[in-house]
Amino acid sequence: MDAFIVITLIKLAVIAFVLLTAVAYLQWVERKVIAHIQVRPGPYRVGPHGLLQPLADVIKLITKEDMMPSYVNKPLYLFAPFLAVTMALLAIAVIPFGPQIQVAGYPTLMQLADLNIGVLFILAASSMGVYGIALAGWASNNKYALLGGLRSSAQMISYELPMALAIVSPLLVSNTLSLRQLVESQAGSILHWNVAGGGQIVAFIIFVIAAFAETNRVPFDLPEAENELVAGFHTEYSSMKFASFFMAEYLNMVTVSSMATLLFLGGWEAPWPAAFGSGLVPSVLFVIAGLTALYHGAHPARKLDRYTLTGFGLIFLVLAVVFALPIVQSWLLPLFWFCAKTGAILFAFMWIRGTLPRFRYDQLMGFAWKFLFPVAMLNLLVTGFVVAWIS
Amino acid sequence: MDIFLFLVFAIIAVVAAINVVVQTHPISSAVSLIGVMGSLAVLYLLLGAEFLAAAQVIVYAGAIMVLFIFVIMLLNAGTEAKRGRSLTVQLLGVPLLVALLGLLAYFVQRLFPQSVAVHFGGFTGGTALAVGRALFTTYLLPFEVTSLLILIAIIGAMVLARKEMD
Repeated sequence: MDAFIVITLIKLAVIAFVLLTAVAYLQWVERKVIAHIQVRPGPYRVGPHGLLQPLADVIKLITKEDMMPSYVNKPLYLFAPFLAVTMALLAIAVIPFGPQIQVAGYPTLMQLADLNIGVLFILAASSMGVYGIALAGWASNNKYALLGGLRSSAQMISYELPMALAIVSPLLVSNTLSLRQLVESQAGSILHWNVAGGGQIVAFIIFVIAAFAETNRVPFDLPEAENELVAGFHTEYSSMKFASFFMAEYLNMVTVSSMATLLFLGGWEAPWPAAFGSGLVPSVLFVIAGLTALYHGAHPARKLDRYTLTGFGLIFLVLAVVFALPIVQSWLLPLFWFCAKTGAILFAFMWIRGTLPRFRYDQLMGFAWKFLFPVAMLNLLVTGFVVAWIS
Repeated sequence: MDIFLFLVFAIIAVVAAINVVVQTHPISSAVSLIGVMGSLAVLYLLLGAEFLAAAQVIVYAGAIMVLFIFVIMLLNAGTEAKRGRSLTVQLLGVPLLVALLGLLAYFVQRLFPQSVAVHFGGFTGGTALAVGRALFTTYLLPFEVTSLLILIAIIGAMVLARKEMD
C-alpha cells in the first residue's frame, strides 16, 4: 500500500513535469512548423534554434502585469481560467501510455489511474472544460469576449455529438470502455488497429475533424477569430490567466491526439510485430537523424550551425544507442510508439493550421449538424450491425 | 478515506445547493447548480455507481447546464432585485422548514425501520456492463418508451419553434 502511494506520487510528478514541459515546447514546435511552411526561420534568437524560447515565454508571462478590468464579474472571471486548465489536466490522468512495468520490483501501470470507464471520464472532463471558455467570455463583460464565449460553447456542444458517436464505434469493436483494454484489444500489428482491421476509418476521420473543432483550432477557431472578435473569449485576460487558457488549449490538443491514438491507432503497440524488427525502428530513425544533423554540422549554412547541429547529431546518436539497449526496451519502445503516433497527429494539427483558412460560422454549424452528425450516426449503425453479425 | 470524501462532497453539494437559491444573478445560480451536480456525481462514484457518475457529469453537469448557461448568456439576464419579504415569511420561514425536514425524517424512519447504514464499496452492480444489461433486458420496454417520448418531445419542439418563425 505504501509502495503504491509512493510510486503513484512519483508517477504524478514525472507526468506533470513532462506534460507541462511538452506543452511549452509544443508551442515552439508549432511556431517552427508554421514558420517553415511559410518559408521563414521562426524563433531563432533565444538559445540554439530558438530552443530556449518557451522558457523566455514563461518568464515573460509570469512577470507581466496582471490586469484586472474594473467592470468584470470578479469571482467567475478568476474561476474561468482555473477551471479550463484543471479540466484539461484532469483528462490526462486516465490516459495510458504504456503497458505494465516493474519499478524497483513493484509492478505498476504506465498510467495514473486505470478506470474501467476511462473513455467516459475523458468525455466528462472535456464537457466540463466548455465552462472555462463560456464563463470567461461572459464574466469579462466585453462584447467581443461574450461573442467568442457564445460561439465556442455552441461549437463545442455541436461537435461533441459527432465526436462521441465516432468514439462509440471503436468501443463497439473492442467491446470495452477501459482505455487500457482498448489498446490491448488492438495488439499485434497494424491490421488489428481499429482504424484498419476494425474498419473504423470513417469514425477516425470524423473524430479528428471533431477534435479540431473541440480544441478551437484552425480551421474551426471561430471563438478567437482575430479579425472579427479581437481575441475572442480571452480578450480581457493577461499574464498567467491568459497563459492558463493557452495551456488548456495545448493540453486539450494533447488529450485528443492521445485519444485518437488509443481509440484508433493501437496506442503503444508497434505497427508490426517485434519479430519483423519493429524494435529497431527508433534506433534507425535516430541514427538517420543524427547522421543528417552531423552532415549539416560539417557543411554549415550559418556560422553557429557548426556547433549546434553537431551537438544535436551526437545527442541523436546517443538516443539511438539508448533505444537499442535491451534493459530499457520493454518500457521505452511502447513509450516511443505512443509518442510517435500522438506526435504525428499533433503535427497534423499544426500542418493544417499552416494550410487551411477559417470557416464561416454558418458553414461550421451546418457542417456539424447536416453532414458530420448523420455520417457518424450511419457509421455507428453499420458498425453495430457488423459487430452483432460477427459475434 | 471514503467517509472523508463523502463528508467533503456532501458539504459541497449542500452549500452549492443553498447558493443556487441565495445568489441573485442567474449565472451564479447556474454555476452553483453545476457544483451540486458535480458533487452528486462524486457521491455516486463513492457508492459504486461509476457509470451513473460519468453519465451525471456528461449529461447533467455537461450538456444540460451548458444549455442553461447558453440561454442565460444569450438573454443577457441581469441581477434580480431583492424584494423585501413579508413579516409572516420572516417569522415562520425557518420554523416551517425545520418542521418539514423533521416530518420527512420521521416518515423515512417509520417506513424503513430496518435499513442499515450505507457502506461504501458494497455495491458492485454499477458498471457500464451491468447498467447496459439491465437497460436492454429487465427495463427494455420503459427504456424504449422513454426514447420514443423524447423523440416526440423533440419533434414537438421543432414544430412549435417553426410556427413562431413564420
